[in-house]
Amino acid sequence: MATYLEFIQQNEERDGVRFSWNVWPSSRLEATRMVVPLACLLTPLKERPDLPPVQYEPVLCSRTTCKAILNPLCQVDYRAKLWACNFCFQRNQFPPAYTGISEVNQPAELMPQFSTIEYVIQRGAQSPLIFLYVVDTCLEEDDLQALKESLQMSLSLLPPDALVGLITFGRMVQVHELSCEGISKSYVFRGTKDLTAKQIQDMLGLTKPAMPMQQARPGQPQEQPFVSGRFLQPIHKIDMNLTDLLGELQRDPWPVTQGKRPLRSTGVALSIAVGLLEGTFPNTGARIMLFTGGPPTQGPGMVVGDELKVPIRSWHDIEKDNARFMKKATKHYEMLANRTATNGHCIDIYACALDQTGLLEMKCCANLTGGHMVMGDSFNTSLFKQTFQRIFSKDFNGDFRMAFGATLEVKTSRELKVAGAIGPCVSLNVKGPCVSENELGVGGTSQWKICGLDPTSTLGIYFEVVNQHNAPVPQGGRGAIQFVTQYQHSSTQRRIRVTTIARNWADAQSQLRHIEAAFDQEAAAVLMARLGVFRAESEEGPDVLRWLDRQLIRLCQKFGQYNKEDPTSFRLSDSFSLYPQFMFHLRRSPFLQVFNNSPDESSYYRHHFARQDLTQSLIMIQPILYSYSFHGPPEPVLLDSSSILADRILLMDTFFQIVIYLGETIAQWRKAGYQDMAEYENFKHLLQAPLDDAQEILQARFPMPRYINTEHGGSQARFLLSKVNPSQTHNNLYAWGQVTLTSLQPPPLNTWQLLPCSSLL
Amino acid sequence: MNVNQSAPPVPPFGQPQPVYTGYHQSSYGGQPGSTAPPTPYGAYNGPVPGYQQTPLPGVSRAPPSSEAPPASTAQAPCGQAAYGQFGQGDVQNGPSSTVQMQRFPGSQPFGSVPLAPVVSQPTVLQPYGPPPTSAQVTAQLAGMQIGGAVAPALPPVGLGYGPPTSLASASGSYPNSGLYGSYPQGQAPPLSQAQGHLGAQPPQRSAPPQASGFTSPASGGPRMPSMTGPLLPGQGFGGPSVSQPNHVSSPPPQALPPGTQMTGPPGPPPPMHSSQQPGYQLQQNGSFGPVRGPQPNYGSPYPGAPTFGSQPGPPQPLPPKRLDPDAIPSPIQVIEDDRNNRGSEPFVTGVRGQVPPLVTTNFLVKDQGNASPRYIRCTSYNIPCTSDMAKQAQVPLAAVIKPLARLPPEEASPYVVDHGESGPLRCNRCKAYMCPFMQFVEGGRRFQCCFCSCINDVPPQYFQHLDHTGKRVDAYDRPELSLGSYEFLATVDYCKNNKFPSPPAFIFMIDVSYNAIRSGLVRLLCEELKSLLDFLPREGGAEESAIRVGFVTYNKVLHFYNVKSSLAQPQMMVVSDVADMFVPLLDGFLVNVSESRAVITSLLDQIPEMFADTRETETVFAPVIQAGMEALKAAECAGKLFLFHTSLPIAEAPGKLKNRDDRKLINTDKEKTLFQPQTGAYQTLAKECVAQGCCVDLFLFPNQYVDVATLSVVPQLTGGSVYKYACFQVENDQERFLSDLRRDVQKVVGFDAVMRVRTSTGQSWLEKSRLGTKPGREASGTCNICSPDLIHVASGIRAVDFFGAFYMSNTTDVELAGLDGDKTVTVEFKHDDRLNEESGALLQCALLYTSCAGQRRLRIHNLALNCCTQLADLYRNCETDTLINYMAKFAYRGVLNSPVKTVRDTLITQCAQILACYRKNCASPSSAGQLILPECMKLLPVYLNCVLKSDVLQPGAEVTTDDRAYVRQLVTSMDVAETNVFFYPRLLPLTKSPIESATEPPAVRASEERLSNGDIYLLENGLNLFLWVGASVQQGVVQSLFSVSSFSQITSGLSVLPVLDNPLSKKVRGLIDSLRAQRSRYMKLIVVKQEDKLEMLFKHFLVEDKSLSGGASYVDFLCHMHKEIRQLLS
Repeated sequence: MATYLEFIQQNEERDGVRFSWNVWPSSRLEATRMVVPLACLLTPLKERPDLPPVQYEPVLCSRTTCKAILNPLCQVDYRAKLWACNFCFQRNQFPPAYTGISEVNQPAELMPQFSTIEYVIQRGAQSPLIFLYVVDTCLEEDDLQALKESLQMSLSLLPPDALVGLITFGRMVQVHELSCEGISKSYVFRGTKDLTAKQIQDMLGLTKPAMPMQQARPGQPQEQPFVSGRFLQPIHKIDMNLTDLLGELQRDPWPVTQGKRPLRSTGVALSIAVGLLEGTFPNTGARIMLFTGGPPTQGPGMVVGDELKVPIRSWHDIEKDNARFMKKATKHYEMLANRTATNGHCIDIYACALDQTGLLEMKCCANLTGGHMVMGDSFNTSLFKQTFQRIFSKDFNGDFRMAFGATLEVKTSRELKVAGAIGPCVSLNVKGPCVSENELGVGGTSQWKICGLDPTSTLGIYFEVVNQHNAPVPQGGRGAIQFVTQYQHSSTQRRIRVTTIARNWADAQSQLRHIEAAFDQEAAAVLMARLGVFRAESEEGPDVLRWLDRQLIRLCQKFGQYNKEDPTSFRLSDSFSLYPQFMFHLRRSPFLQVFNNSPDESSYYRHHFARQDLTQSLIMIQPILYSYSFHGPPEPVLLDSSSILADRILLMDTFFQIVIYLGETIAQWRKAGYQDMAEYENFKHLLQAPLDDAQEILQARFPMPRYINTEHGGSQARFLLSKVNPSQTHNNLYAWGQVTLTSLQPPPLNTWQLLPCSSLL
Repeated sequence: MNVNQSAPPVPPFGQPQPVYTGYHQSSYGGQPGSTAPPTPYGAYNGPVPGYQQTPLPGVSRAPPSSEAPPASTAQAPCGQAAYGQFGQGDVQNGPSSTVQMQRFPGSQPFGSVPLAPVVSQPTVLQPYGPPPTSAQVTAQLAGMQIGGAVAPALPPVGLGYGPPTSLASASGSYPNSGLYGSYPQGQAPPLSQAQGHLGAQPPQRSAPPQASGFTSPASGGPRMPSMTGPLLPGQGFGGPSVSQPNHVSSPPPQALPPGTQMTGPPGPPPPMHSSQQPGYQLQQNGSFGPVRGPQPNYGSPYPGAPTFGSQPGPPQPLPPKRLDPDAIPSPIQVIEDDRNNRGSEPFVTGVRGQVPPLVTTNFLVKDQGNASPRYIRCTSYNIPCTSDMAKQAQVPLAAVIKPLARLPPEEASPYVVDHGESGPLRCNRCKAYMCPFMQFVEGGRRFQCCFCSCINDVPPQYFQHLDHTGKRVDAYDRPELSLGSYEFLATVDYCKNNKFPSPPAFIFMIDVSYNAIRSGLVRLLCEELKSLLDFLPREGGAEESAIRVGFVTYNKVLHFYNVKSSLAQPQMMVVSDVADMFVPLLDGFLVNVSESRAVITSLLDQIPEMFADTRETETVFAPVIQAGMEALKAAECAGKLFLFHTSLPIAEAPGKLKNRDDRKLINTDKEKTLFQPQTGAYQTLAKECVAQGCCVDLFLFPNQYVDVATLSVVPQLTGGSVYKYACFQVENDQERFLSDLRRDVQKVVGFDAVMRVRTSTGQSWLEKSRLGTKPGREASGTCNICSPDLIHVASGIRAVDFFGAFYMSNTTDVELAGLDGDKTVTVEFKHDDRLNEESGALLQCALLYTSCAGQRRLRIHNLALNCCTQLADLYRNCETDTLINYMAKFAYRGVLNSPVKTVRDTLITQCAQILACYRKNCASPSSAGQLILPECMKLLPVYLNCVLKSDVLQPGAEVTTDDRAYVRQLVTSMDVAETNVFFYPRLLPLTKSPIESATEPPAVRASEERLSNGDIYLLENGLNLFLWVGASVQQGVVQSLFSVSSFSQITSGLSVLPVLDNPLSKKVRGLIDSLRAQRSRYMKLIVVKQEDKLEMLFKHFLVEDKSLSGGASYVDFLCHMHKEIRQLLS
């Protein structure tokens, strides 16, 4: 087992890949009987400090339908300077540059440790990154002020040659021209009218070149940047201008009468942002960053009317088919998302409001383009401020942790076909020999576009074994998969990262143990969860749960050992032992349960679930609960109400929330001020320990989780109570609590040192 | 003149005299009469009634005036007097000036003439043939009144005006009023004047008798007599007489030897003499001399008078065969006479049905219960009692109303009356406002509405006791009980949405396309606005204008500017979505000038820079207006848009236009399409503008066709103005544009106005009480006593048709988004039922508007008119200028729907019918060959001819479609004074009168024949100003005016005269300035040299001549008109 665990871990570290099965059943029939599909979680840009990119271009298989990239699995004939493609078996000549190749002089891509390798493409013009701020001005004064400050701050974080643009919206949409002296100039659009990209470009005067085209050929290169330059300017040029402009931003001046929502034209604003970039910088890395403080209330993409007495749609309304704007709005944003994806740009949504902001309708904008989605209560919170700041964090090389316009291509060996992907991507609709007819997730293609991605962006990729049962698997043969990710690095270089992996085939009938042992239950849980969430987007909640249950039962049937009619005899091997628990928590998770969540929250959770890597996803499925006490170092405890004890401090991480919960006694002690007494320093340390640990999590996570510090009986304790397995009911809980209340003891004295518990995380 | 009149007349004409005296008043003083007149005056004043009639009398006067006229008449007698006089005057004048003076002279002379002529005529006539012809002709021409015969009698006299004729005519007028009767006698006196004064007089008188012979019958008969008078001569002498009085007779000529008609020609030569003649005349008839400025024309007649020397000669050659232009009624003379007769005395409005002085006369008005003629002028001040009569006469009954007319500083603007919370007091039934004509009854507890006769309670707070005459004791303390014009403060009920309006706003919308930038317009405009914004109209003594301003520039897209005072720099907001215009900002678009001055200045500095390199040539138009309107809507105020536009809006947007200019359509049935808007979009837009109180002023700077017909739709319907500067060049047109702009921006204007005209004895109240349902409208107010659901008081007259720049959504309310002091609405009335001669007819024009300070007010104008059962009364109380105003507007509207030819024919027919009706019913019988014109309508043919040959109705080759549409649009809202000079331009000789004289030189008739190549003339028509330089002008004059040494060095087309320090230059420039000051638009000067190619342009305005485009000359048209009339009569 250990070997598999290590193998899995090693694979993940090196290639950013986790397969549900690490030994593959050799036929279609057997594969389907495995219940959990053959699939993997791929983190295409997993940070690899140890992997320097090579400065040349990859060597491709010459078969036009294959074009696989030379990799360590290929057979190489050093004398003939030939290599055989391991996917199509085509024999290829090495290019001239490889003439010096030999067993001892191998290029990197042939070395086994470079199963993942990154090439830097030198060809093609490099275009700067583009950041287009789309800012809602229908905000409270405080919020707007905070947002303005965040935006101004962000200017200093942007790469100096990046282009920035600013669109503000409220009742109207204003596209600001940034290069004007003496007068600030903006183009204004009605917030109620849907415009085509062509119209937008016409209205912004971006379609000028028609007449000067013929004559001014030489001048044209200048013309182009000039035209777009009005709206998108290098940050170093207009830093001051833009800072002032942001400083002068006023709340939307149109009066909002009592009982009304402000008119907010998010739909049009977004449409204009998309149109603007579409016309000026197609297929270059660009982020549209939408900051909104409320639901769109007019025009295309409106989610709710401006009458306050009509509340924004809830799940209840949606079920009753009572959400009158939802379909239309969703359609609008989907259209935008698809266009954006086509252009290789991405859309971030930063929605901060106490009520819903229409994320449900807008989610596709972030989901399909690989943009971020951040939800908070106000722009004036550290949650937003820090999250936003973290967008511009840099990696060990000093590069921004963002990449743009990626294309992920999957190549498989013959026995396999690719069935689909789930993640922040859109299909490029490239049919090929390795595309399965069955779709899981976004299928029907072997290439996907991921417009925005960062080192943690992870896709679930699903495969289908197509080898027929009666067709013999080549003895000792291995199935191979190659992931080719082309993207624009934040340094604006084009790069290609190639990961080639191979796994053994095994006959499920004779070698089931093998297969079983190679099961990666964590990956499987996440992959199944993604399938479930993907289904939940389009199917009724109960159906999804039923499907999930059936899958679990079938899996247990297949791999459990039990005697009929004897529940107690049921056993699952170690490699499956945690899986049911994951499924249990998944069923209760906000990804599948909408009760008590607004549609926006559900969309938000699902968005993050579909893009985070395995560790984070697992935390989302099954929150982690640590217990701090005087009895020993912090320890992970069961996510169960029985873990809530009076003399413990609990730290729960649900990914979206960090909850620190003081047990009843602890809370009373703190209230009594023991932590301030020198002799109780250990109590002080005990209180501090979870705070420090929480801080550490907060530092690293994107988006910033909601940080909740509560105690027994606190209203915020509900965050904890809602997650734990209610083995004890509320009534039990509190009755029990009251008992302890009677016997209040001081905390134990400073007897032992708390261990740093971060290591446990 | 006065003298004559005064002396003799007094006794005989008791009544009439006053009249005369009035006229003579001054100048003519020359004669003894002068003294006399004064007295009469006194009398006049006293006897109010006399006064009122005076005007009428005026007509009648004619005759008497003729007497007086002799001397004074010439000048003093205003139109009316003049007219009257003609008939008789001729006689006397004849001798002296009369001849020249068509009217007076003519008339007077007539008086005298008749005598002589009577006898002589017959004989004379033939003899005349040659020499006399001229006389006759003239007479005929002068015709109008002239009895050719007369002329003969008194050679001198006869010349112009066949005395008899004149008499006739005069008499014609007489008949109307009893007064007249007396006149005839009066005339006699004139005769005396004619020549040997003393001696003459007697004879004259005797003459009268003779005349009376003729006249008497006439006179004997009420009016007829007068007519007859002439007739007699006419008949007696048949042909000869023809020429007589009012009637130019084409026929006469016929009657006469063939040549006769032509005889006119002699006239021409005389002109030359004119200058001399005047002198002569003066000398001869002491009295006349002075008077006859006009004489020149008459000169010809004089010729008849051997005395004058030269004339004799010419006459003979002339006799040829034309109507003598000098003999036909001369506008100049009529104007001059009216000025002289009525200019010096205030016009007191206390009396019903007075005909005011002509618009060309400077006079003061004293409001004593009727609205000043500056506010309302009518085509007739005596309205036929029945519709049958009205139909018969075909004289349109119309009022030209200029509700916010500017008054001279000497006249007080209307008082503002505040009736407190209850609002203005109104009749419960017809909603008429309290006015001097309301009758208080039951001791003052109730009042009877003078319009609908409804008895209303007087609210307690308004109660006042009545004095013994039944007048309220406080009548003179309350403007609404004693004045013709006053204002009420409106209550909130009269406001839109029941909210008091906010102060209005001005939005400047500037085209910044390539053309506008290149021509320098934008820079010029922005520079000017910086200072102009300090002069926005303000109300009363307000220190600062309440008006807010906003700025928009545009080409294919619109740029709005945020100029909020708190901003460091202006913000520009571009709206490209022209298909669906909206206003992108709320706060900071409309600002107070003084608060935002720094930002505004910065903006105006930057606009020209920002667009300096523009290459955008396409523009939009409708969206611009839409934007302005939306901005006002958003700001919830009324206001005005100033649009500065250069080109045909061809950019893709609503209201996009095509170039559809097609000269081939001219004179086809499709010609009307050139005047119609291309698309209905603008009407719809205008409607929205009106609803918002958004007035649009359009300044056009086209280099080519811009489709004025379409672009002007919105300004037209919103009460705005259109200014057009073709091929604008900063160097040449700067002054004109800036001057217009300043004036337009600064002028006081009312917004969001509704005007309703109520007429006496109830207009037909078929309407249900719409009032309640349409708050904020003038009509609003609810009736709490009677429910006027279906009140139909069918009697009296009713406003049925409206002309002008406004919009009407129903048949009674004239809605004006904006209304300034230049805008005029012409209203036509029709009979609903019989009118009552005693109670007369009342008009009340109520205008509800928002002042430029945002105050809601009602301005009320009341006017009482007489009613008549005799057609002659109608004809005697008409005003030709107003008539022309109406007819021009009627015709100019007609071209939208009918072929131009049809419109022209309609006009001619109507005119012929009017005159035929007069001839048939009012004139004394005379030969069919005689053209007899009513004194008051003497000028109708010449003016009508001007209308007919105006650019709109008969375009010349050089007139563009845009010009026609532009003019058509302009005329629509012109007042009487403007139409008058527009159709018959003023031609002023500059070098004829001594440099020292401070007064304007007397005008000459607009005909090439009147130009002497040794002189310099100024011609103006309210839009254009020409300085015509004769080829043989003295060098000294050239030097002192143009600062060049010779004629050939004068730059043709020059638009500015050099500023030189010599009397002539100063005087000419001063004159130009004063002419410009009189007009609402700056007239650009064009210097035209004789024989230069620019002269063609100039000649276009010599309206008495045949025009290149086929317009008839005055003489020809008169003949044509006569033919028409004869056809109608037969």
